[in-house]
Amino acid sequence: MTSPVTQNLPLLRVTGLSKSYATPQGPLPVLRGVDLTLKAGETLAMMGESGSGKSTLLHLVGALDDADAGEILLDGANIVRLPESGKATVRRETIGVVFQQFNLIASLTVGENLAFQSRLANRYDPDWMARLTERLGLASLTGRYPEQLSGGQQQRVAIGRALAARPKLLLADEPTGNLDEPTGDAALALTLELVAETGCGFLMVTHSARLAARLQRQATLSAGALTSV
Amino acid sequence: MNVRLFALLLILSPVVANAADYGWLGEAAPGYATPKPGAPILFPQDHAAHPGFRTEWWYLTANLTGDDGKSYGAQWTLFRYSLEARDGSGWDNRTAWMGHAAVTSATEHVFAQTMARGGVDLAGVDNPPFRAFIDDWFFEARDAQFTNSRLHARGARFSYTLDLTRYGPFVLQGDKGYSRKAGEGQASHYYSQPFFSVDGAVTIDGKKIHVTGRGWMDREWSSQTMAPDQKGWDWFSLHLASGDRLMLFRLRGAQDYRSGNWIAPDGGVTQLAGEDIVVDPLDHTSLEGRALPTRWRVKVKSRNLDVVAAALNPKSWMGTDFPYWEGPIAVSGSTRGEGYLEMTGY
Amino acid sequence: MRQIFWTLAALASHWRKHPANLATLILGLAIATALWSGVQALNTQARRSYDSAANAFTGGKAQNLVAAQGGLFAQDLFVALRRAGMQVSPILEGSARIGKKTARLIGIEPLTLPHDAGLAPLAGNRSATGMLTGDGLSYAAPETIRDLGVVAGERPVTDAGFKLPPLVVLSEAPPGAIVVDIGVAQKALNRPARLSRMIVAPEARIDEATLRAATDRALRIVEPEEDSDLARLTDSFHLNLTAFGLLAFLVGFFIVHASFGLAFEERLPVLRTLRALGVSARALVTAMLIELSVFTLLAGGAGVIGGYLIAVALLPDVSASLEGLYGAQISGALTLDARWIISALAMAGGGALFAGASGLLKTFNLPVLSVARPVAWREAHRRYLFRQAIFALLSLMIAALASRFADTLEGGFTVIAATLLGVALLLPLALEALLRIGEALSETPLSRWFFADGRQEIAGLSLALMALLLALATNIGVGGMVEGFRRTFIGWLDQRLVAEIYYEAATPHDAREIENWARTDKEIVAILPVWRSKTRIGDWPVEVMGMTPHTTYSDHFPLNAAKPGVWRMLHEEDAALVSEQLARRLKLSPGDSFDLPTTGDSWRLRVAGIFPDYGNPKGQIRLDHTRLAQHFADASGVHYSLRVAHEATTRVMTRLQETFGARIARIVDQAEVKKISTEIFERTFTVTSALNTLTLVVSAIALFASLLTLSNLRLAHVAPVWAIGVTRARLATLELLRILVFAAGAALIAIPLGLFMTWALVDIVNVVAFGWRLPMHIFPRHWLTVFATAQVAALVAGLAPVRRLARTAPAELLKVFANER
Repeated sequence: MTSPVTQNLPLLRVTGLSKSYATPQGPLPVLRGVDLTLKAGETLAMMGESGSGKSTLLHLVGALDDADAGEILLDGANIVRLPESGKATVRRETIGVVFQQFNLIASLTVGENLAFQSRLANRYDPDWMARLTERLGLASLTGRYPEQLSGGQQQRVAIGRALAARPKLLLADEPTGNLDEPTGDAALALTLELVAETGCGFLMVTHSARLAARLQRQATLSAGALTSV
Repeated sequence: MNVRLFALLLILSPVVANAADYGWLGEAAPGYATPKPGAPILFPQDHAAHPGFRTEWWYLTANLTGDDGKSYGAQWTLFRYSLEARDGSGWDNRTAWMGHAAVTSATEHVFAQTMARGGVDLAGVDNPPFRAFIDDWFFEARDAQFTNSRLHARGARFSYTLDLTRYGPFVLQGDKGYSRKAGEGQASHYYSQPFFSVDGAVTIDGKKIHVTGRGWMDREWSSQTMAPDQKGWDWFSLHLASGDRLMLFRLRGAQDYRSGNWIAPDGGVTQLAGEDIVVDPLDHTSLEGRALPTRWRVKVKSRNLDVVAAALNPKSWMGTDFPYWEGPIAVSGSTRGEGYLEMTGY
Repeated sequence: MRQIFWTLAALASHWRKHPANLATLILGLAIATALWSGVQALNTQARRSYDSAANAFTGGKAQNLVAAQGGLFAQDLFVALRRAGMQVSPILEGSARIGKKTARLIGIEPLTLPHDAGLAPLAGNRSATGMLTGDGLSYAAPETIRDLGVVAGERPVTDAGFKLPPLVVLSEAPPGAIVVDIGVAQKALNRPARLSRMIVAPEARIDEATLRAATDRALRIVEPEEDSDLARLTDSFHLNLTAFGLLAFLVGFFIVHASFGLAFEERLPVLRTLRALGVSARALVTAMLIELSVFTLLAGGAGVIGGYLIAVALLPDVSASLEGLYGAQISGALTLDARWIISALAMAGGGALFAGASGLLKTFNLPVLSVARPVAWREAHRRYLFRQAIFALLSLMIAALASRFADTLEGGFTVIAATLLGVALLLPLALEALLRIGEALSETPLSRWFFADGRQEIAGLSLALMALLLALATNIGVGGMVEGFRRTFIGWLDQRLVAEIYYEAATPHDAREIENWARTDKEIVAILPVWRSKTRIGDWPVEVMGMTPHTTYSDHFPLNAAKPGVWRMLHEEDAALVSEQLARRLKLSPGDSFDLPTTGDSWRLRVAGIFPDYGNPKGQIRLDHTRLAQHFADASGVHYSLRVAHEATTRVMTRLQETFGARIARIVDQAEVKKISTEIFERTFTVTSALNTLTLVVSAIALFASLLTLSNLRLAHVAPVWAIGVTRARLATLELLRILVFAAGAALIAIPLGLFMTWALVDIVNVVAFGWRLPMHIFPRHWLTVFATAQVAALVAGLAPVRRLARTAPAELLKVFANER
């Protein structure tokens, strides 16, 4: 997908993105000029071997890390050049992230965790929250603490938290990596349903071709470059 | 009639809210003697203290001229006041004594106050011969007739020692020494000695000046002096060019009470009726947040006296525990003269 | 704002899940604040009382006239001076027992009292009216009235049966005093027509020549500065208190630091998540600062209340020792002002901020993504130990540097503080070494694990262990000093107080008559006049006392150092005995000469000997009785000691009192003097021991707090061992054992450190603060107690967390494997 301009401005356009990490042996390039486009409502699976740079790409798109070069136009704005506080705003208001480790706040209840980001972003909508909780099958669990939930349930809380603020772009980093296959499949199915319902873009990093196949588009990162889209 | 009585009575009240508010002085004084009309005043006996009365004072003012040609005034006062009618010896004595002294020039007014307990020989009056003292201040006659006497006082910035020579008789004020202060019968026993010539020295801020002039002694004792509505008074003592002397006062109340005595050069005395006397303030001086009249129109109709009395130093403020104004005045108009003015309750 | 609010909510939820962590944090901060502010309240109270005492009559700047030879003088002198134009006001002071309390009775004369005196409300006509009419009035400060157990309006009755005038509250009244009219005081104290001093109105100062002209040599001028020694003399006492307060704060601070550190570590994942969810670093730090402020208010508030309670509890002892040592009257009711509360809160806030600073800084620079590489534990541990060593070295270097300035109190305390800190910082290294040795010597795998795993725990526990070490060392150090002082002091009292009866005549004239009478009494073996005068050497007040040649002195009087034939030298040459503190100040040794200012010229004397004079803030010189009388015309001839057969003491005292009544101003027997002195001594160190104990308690709490918060982290270490087949009970026992080993390590280091502290206190601080050097005593039994205390503290602190471990459900342990914790 190289055509620069379409009638609809894409939700996400990444151009020439580069990133390397400092090591004792000198800089280690992880991304070497990655280009990528994602439209609203589109779902994209990003595959690659360990160390291929897919998590780094996800972190850069998620405004969690700083790029060395290149552009990330998210919803029309280049987030690469944003200062720290601007990045925080983007994370809070434009993006939802589902981590492999779930990263729930252990001291907050499930209900509080679910509502947390939307409250932070001032996008808390009780109706949507209730529907989301219902859809995620968490309605009876809102008073519990994360540690009292199974892995699959925790993952659903993480998905709910990420979607509660109705982000424009949902990012997921090996969201089912910690789950058994049936549980993971169910979680992904639910995520895709909710993505379709909210109309946001969805970028998922995975090493499983089986799961990747369930998304609209697939791309593979290899040696820091996007090889197939 | 002087501030001293007020001050003394003021001290007696445990409820003094404001030292300048003299109005409560109308209270009665149980346990003390009351001045009686017609009670004889005898000399030299009555120079001594009258312990049966609540309060009493020995007072001398002098209008002086220095070798430097300038006018000066000097004041020496000893108050006696009884704290309560019950009395004892040593520290159980219930008499308190207070001395006030001042020296005034056109530019300076320096004063001092000292206080002493009775019963331990810090202050008192011996008689005859007369000797009143407090600390190292004294007013001392050489003989029972009071022919020659000496006066001394000292403050932080001044001191004076004055020799007095009497050349006239003692004079009974009011009605043969019974001086009414209000229509309702408040009164004191009151006599004066306005015929002193003075020779001595005053020292202000270390500068000693030889002075001569005229002195006026007042003696008064009572137990209760003011009517309840009276707020204060204005009192004048004048030496006139004719050799006459004049004492008059006005008590300010719901209705002013005016009284006075005209004293001929030979000591013959005439009591003046209230309606015969006019005292009107002309100019005021602002002192310590109060406006005090320091220039007056004074008239005695029956004597065709119509003069203006002006303060030598309008700032003759006695900032003692019971503040008042007291200082020398110069008289001009239908005749010339000099004297002292005292004002309280402003 | 919204961001901060929800961030704060997320942060606060941590404490909901970890109330113990929160409790220790608040408790630590509260205790630290309480100890510090309590000591501050005591100091402030004492200083305020000195001021009010100094200002009571004089505004601190007036001259006083006293009897040249001490004692009381005739009222006629007052009258004579007034009549000579001098502005003086009479005072009669004495003490009167009212119920079980002693009050200072002050007679004043309201009409002559200077208007700018501290008691100005009593100067002049208005108070005269109240004091001199009816039953009169007595004035006392509200706290004095409370102390005496009476109420305003009441008429207190003295033990002598005198009914004082009704009491009125006057906050300006000096603490512990009842102010009455001079006439009332003369009657109540049975001193008719006598005065103890006169105040000169500040604007009318009197010079020596004028006074001599008026009263010959009957009176002496006391210049205002002579009285203001009080604040200077008590400075060292207050510095001691402050040092202890600071130490206690430091120990409390360790708790706070440990709690904050652990809370930060535990909340690190949450902080990262919050950042990932879009909370800016600034919002996060702001939220944490708000959280910190809330803690400051909560804990600071509790600390203020605690400090108040501590001060209230210790005030009686502080005021008793200040009165005993320096004659300073301290008001018995604590008055607090806003400044004190604010400074206490500031201390709490500062402490919290400092303790949390590293966490805040780390939060601000927190990378949103945790660096994925596993942190090498060994590497981190080595870096930690290295850092500790560097700081320890720095600290010890400061101590070494400060020891060069050890002739000041500040220098002495710096040496102690820096050494304590340096050694405390070395503690983790020492424990590391201890565990390595254990590991090397271990045979079984489990014991090897025991030691190896212990090393991982050091970093987490080190602050608490350092606090324990400090508390233990202080306990040994201060305890040793106090106990050593107690022994020395009591031995010294026994030697010093040989005479059976001590009395003070009302006037020199009375003294002569009593002396004549005593010569005829068959039971009196010896009459020893102890005439005295005062002088100043440099700016230091010095008491001069006479001694007659007698075996009472030559056989018993304790001397630190002396020339051979010291007593012959004293009585036959121009020689003197000099008190230790004065000798130290003037750098005198036996045989040296010095000039003593007398009432005439200065007098060159040789030092015959140096004697210990514990507890005396002033310098003291002992001279031959006859020579003293020659050189000090103003020597008071009213103080005497009597030697009688021991069993005759009471009989002779009774006879003396019956014969002379009020002409004997004071009389006490040896037992009474010893009792009073010992009481003063005991109370002086009550405060020290109380703070000492509190510090130890605080450090135990610190240990408990650290262990409690560590116990969760410990699960990850213990679970694998449990999985391999060690029972929970066994593991719990090992955990407890490890804590005990740590505490033992701390205690072992604390002993030499404590000894060092005793040495520094005895050899540096006491010498500078009080001017005397005590023999250094060593109390091995006390060390055992401290060692045992450390073990008990560790046991108590460790028991709860370890019990929790022993009872942990296997499922919890399994989670370690199932879950990323």
